[in-house]
Amino acid sequence: MSVKKFMYVNRKAPYGTIYALESLEVVLIGAAFDQDVSLAFIGDGVYQLTKGQNTEAIGQKNFSPTYSALGDYDVNKIYVEKESLEERGLTLDDLQHLVWEDEDDDWAEKDSIRLVSRAELADVLDEQDIILSF
Amino acid sequence: MALLHTVNKSPFESNTFDTCLGLAKDGSTILLIEDGVYAATTGHSVAEKIKNASGISFAVLGPDLQARGLEGKLADGIKVVDYEGFVTLVTEHDAVQSWL
Repeated sequence: MSVKKFMYVNRKAPYGTIYALESLEVVLIGAAFDQDVSLAFIGDGVYQLTKGQNTEAIGQKNFSPTYSALGDYDVNKIYVEKESLEERGLTLDDLQHLVWEDEDDDWAEKDSIRLVSRAELADVLDEQDIILSF
Repeated sequence: MALLHTVNKSPFESNTFDTCLGLAKDGSTILLIEDGVYAATTGHSVAEKIKNASGISFAVLGPDLQARGLEGKLADGIKVVDYEGFVTLVTEHDAVQSWL
């Protein structure tokens, strides 16, 4: 079976709707199939990655710690659109620091998040075989 | 007659906040809940609109702000309330307009 390039596009804020959690579940399931997986966070989707989420008082599951496990599933291409962050008054510092270990480089810890411009992200989307939108 | 308006949509995803702001009179309160809390943070175009709406009081539901990890980015002049505070706001106003 040939490896295909899968892109999961995330455009919704967490908790207000179920899209963010559902996307994460599908990514984790898909990770078992050894495909070339990328994630993109655009628009309100960037809010999914904010650090310090605490859902205790709203009685919903805090699924934000799961993003830091993606590296263990070889999901390490996480594209965050720069313009979307800026429009919302956010910087990379407001997001979780997501890393993965590169087995081809003596398990060196590397950043998973790639901050890209809208134009760069357009090129990344253009390279994909399959795009799933949430 | 003072209304309590609640907004539960992100201002970046929907025009609900803008519609509410356009129809809210001086003396009324806009309470930001659920994804509406994103309007209550600093450093973007919506924060300017809140700053300029001097006759309107703004409040945000703390539990929804905490869930989204944005307590540290709350704009000045927006009151944080808990669920009890939400109920108090309801009792202090003549009617509630829940924008959906």
